[in-house]
Amino acid sequence: MTKRIVSTTINGEVVEFLADPGTSLLDSLRDTIGLTGSKEGCNNGNCGACNVVLNNELVNSCCVLAVETNGGTITTIEGIAQGDHLHPLQQSFLEEAALQCGICTPGFIVAAKALLDREPNADEARIRHWLAGNLCRCTGYDKIVRAVLDAAEDMRAGAKA
Amino acid sequence: MAVLDYVAPATVDEAVAVLKQHGQSARVLAGGTDLIVQEREGRRNVGVMVDVKGIPELTGVSIGSDGSLKVGAAASCASIYRNAEVAKRFPALIDSASLIGGVQIQSRASLGGNLCNSSPAADSIPTLIALGAVCEIAGPGGRRSMPVEEFCTGPGRNVLGDGEMLVSLTFPAPAARSGAAFERFIPRNEMDIAVANAAANITLSADGTKFEAARIALGAVAPTPLFVKAAGDALVGQPVNADTIEKAAEAARAAATPITDMRGSVEQRKHLAAVLTRRVINKAIERAKA
Repeated sequence: MTKRIVSTTINGEVVEFLADPGTSLLDSLRDTIGLTGSKEGCNNGNCGACNVVLNNELVNSCCVLAVETNGGTITTIEGIAQGDHLHPLQQSFLEEAALQCGICTPGFIVAAKALLDREPNADEARIRHWLAGNLCRCTGYDKIVRAVLDAAEDMRAGAKA
Repeated sequence: MAVLDYVAPATVDEAVAVLKQHGQSARVLAGGTDLIVQEREGRRNVGVMVDVKGIPELTGVSIGSDGSLKVGAAASCASIYRNAEVAKRFPALIDSASLIGGVQIQSRASLGGNLCNSSPAADSIPTLIALGAVCEIAGPGGRRSMPVEEFCTGPGRNVLGDGEMLVSLTFPAPAARSGAAFERFIPRNEMDIAVANAAANITLSADGTKFEAARIALGAVAPTPLFVKAAGDALVGQPVNADTIEKAAEAARAAATPITDMRGSVEQRKHLAAVLTRRVINKAIERAKA
């Protein structure tokens, strides 16, 4: 088995790394590149804790081979804040206490941002449907949905200002 | 066994050559939402991942001048339901594509992958069957095609031989006054494996009072997704009313040969076969009239 050189733009920077042909993007992000914000929950595509945006599509990074991302563009949870300035979603998750243990939070924020980037006017039903692939065992989801609704409102207001 | 190699051929011929060279240890990688997980969990040995998403024919979604639809075997569910023209003309396909997993899965998972994974509970296969889709298969001996209902041969098994791969699915243009629909029963709202599912594709007579043609298919009630010809035949030539639809539902119940497992019992699944058949026929009628 020969390791492959993979060259991918991650959070705006070109990153070159080595990966075995069968290594998941999640494992490469965490173990090789050192971006440990994406979490391993189920490692089989059910929980969404490993969500990243790959070539403008929300994906489970556990269900993507790292070698598939050669030449691609990836946004991880580490690429969501602007320096010290939190993204409105991150701010509203804090304000609404939309997390307890926090393992699912990076996935929820990446997934929710992917929705609001596409559909800034998403309503509660749409948000709940979109986030069906993200599991949280602590909050009961209501606070998460409220946080996403609040962030959407802030982002719309920000877009107008 | 670990994955030893990853190749991304640029053409179908190249892909077939790699598949032939490595035999069963080479697997076609489309969205990977089944394959990558199965490999990791030791349920499938994969020596060589053959990523076919770089082959244009495998990812295209196009409507022909005759109104037929061709979907590349690796085209993602999202690329199908975001196509406004496909959504308008083939709403049953959207029913299926938009409930396979969550959005993260739909970004990658393909109808071709769903078919080749050949799960009896697959959420797109009954729709493919009801819509009369034809699969095109490429292999060392050239190309062949067959109706989707002949593709699966058992749970996780299908007709693909060594060196063969699914290239595309072609759907005939929907007939005038026709409608189709798919429904799945699961105990939650999203993200679950079907206890049972069903699809119907019906054509109404010019005055809208009779069924002119009908195809019904069921999932998760037999070792393979099931084309229930008797259910469609129960409708054809008959008046559009509850009695006729009930006869089709009864035919679906009779055709179902499910097992009892953690998701449902034989009795529940046979009941669901009838209930879902009734529902998808009614929804298909609504769409035919719209």
